Amino acid sequence: MATNQLEPNMKIGRRCNHVAAVFAIIALILANYLAAARNQDSAQKQQKSVYAVLSKAPQKAVTRRNPLENDPDAVVAGGKLFEIHCSECHGGMAEGGRRAPSLVAEEVQQATPGTLFWILTNGVVRRGMPVWSKLPEPQRWQIVRYLKSLAPPKSPPISPENHSKTLSASPHAAVRRSRQQPIAV
Amino acid sequence: MQRAITRARISGHLCRLLRLLGLAVAALALPARAQESPYIVTYDHYLEEPGSLEVEYFSTFGTQRGGNDFNAFWAEFEYGATAWWTTELYLDGQTTFDDSTLFTGFRWENRFRLLQLEHFINPVLYIEYEQTNGADKILKEVEGHDVESDYAAFNSVLRKEHNHELEFKLLLSKSFKGWNVAENTIATKNLTGGNPWEFGYAVGASRPLALKASPKLCNLCRENFIAGVEMYGGLGDRYSFGLHDTSQYLAPVVAWNLPSDWTFRLSPGFGLNDNSHRFLMRWGISREFSGFGELVERLFGGAKP
Repeated sequence: MATNQLEPNMKIGRRCNHVAAVFAIIALILANYLAAARNQDSAQKQQKSVYAVLSKAPQKAVTRRNPLENDPDAVVAGGKLFEIHCSECHGGMAEGGRRAPSLVAEEVQQATPGTLFWILTNGVVRRGMPVWSKLPEPQRWQIVRYLKSLAPPKSPPISPENHSKTLSASPHAAVRRSRQQPIAV
Repeated sequence: MQRAITRARISGHLCRLLRLLGLAVAALALPARAQESPYIVTYDHYLEEPGSLEVEYFSTFGTQRGGNDFNAFWAEFEYGATAWWTTELYLDGQTTFDDSTLFTGFRWENRFRLLQLEHFINPVLYIEYEQTNGADKILKEVEGHDVESDYAAFNSVLRKEHNHELEFKLLLSKSFKGWNVAENTIATKNLTGGNPWEFGYAVGASRPLALKASPKLCNLCRENFIAGVEMYGGLGDRYSFGLHDTSQYLAPVVAWNLPSDWTFRLSPGFGLNDNSHRFLMRWGISREFSGFGELVERLFGGAKP
């Protein structure tokens, strides 16, 4: 009796197995192509309007000050976080990549720390940038410090003699030095 | 002629195999970006980064009154299709001591972020289809009137029951001052037979041990550890909603995000009533592969780097 009841269920189960497996494969392929299409399509549009999102930050967010403005470790720690979470899309030197724009661009460097913090917190979901509020606030501010440190110095042009000195003192160099150190336990 | 066809087939198979092997090797070389939440049952509102693949292995050891203890395990393949959609495939199995080991089914879940910006509470819609048998013991979610005695029978008996379920969850989550608080409401419908809608819940809270990152790369830095607690259980079904005849669990959780790309999770769980397993020991290991989507595209002749 019990076996008879189970048989139709098993047949339905087997059929569903096939349907579900096909659905799973289709979904994975679709997901991949969707992401690819989105990337290609957005790459062209991004050039013009990608930085427009900076202007969407509410005034309250724009005027927020970085609480780690005077933290001496913030830039290096932010560089480490940038390398871990952001460089895959924005490039190792924040120069931008196929998937995400440059962060050394004038538009970003002229944005207030509060604006950058707001973008990090909320992401730009439609354009593929995830929400980063999973990082605690201080870590997001550390990343902002690092990003702001990438701005070209406002001092007069560098002479060839002290060019190498300036390079070795740059935040990139500091971050690179910290990365070259062995992982502390 | 026949030989030529056979050779062509073999070389076709070899070519496919080599591509897959290449994909696996290349995936290992991809950079990893671990910052995982410590929850094992509860979901927060954070989705997989677009184009990233997270491969996870989890294990649940459970004590069983009136039967044999068991160790259930599952593999997860989680892919960030877009910044607002994550899709995931689970493969489940279990070993019941002094009984047998078996594959118990698969699940395919999808999570959709409903709002673009961060809000006071952030909702995510979760839709899952699962095809499992009655021997599935991963206890990934507890719903309806699931109780310990359901799992006491031998695998040969349990595996005869076939479930294909649709599961919906509303995931609500909020991060504030380093804390994450998440609540999941579960509604499940077993499409086999005339089973009623069943309900369940999961809630969790967690926080990293340090909020600021240290300037050095380190394994044991406090910011690499996230600790918290989660509680989950059934809420009955459509005809008998409530806590009676349900199982409930409380489980501390901890995640260790290593700079060397790996995340470990550990969660001892404790049954809160007589219908629950007395003790569940869960652990998991995961690695995230960034840029997996691009890698697949490139291997199969898509976009160039």
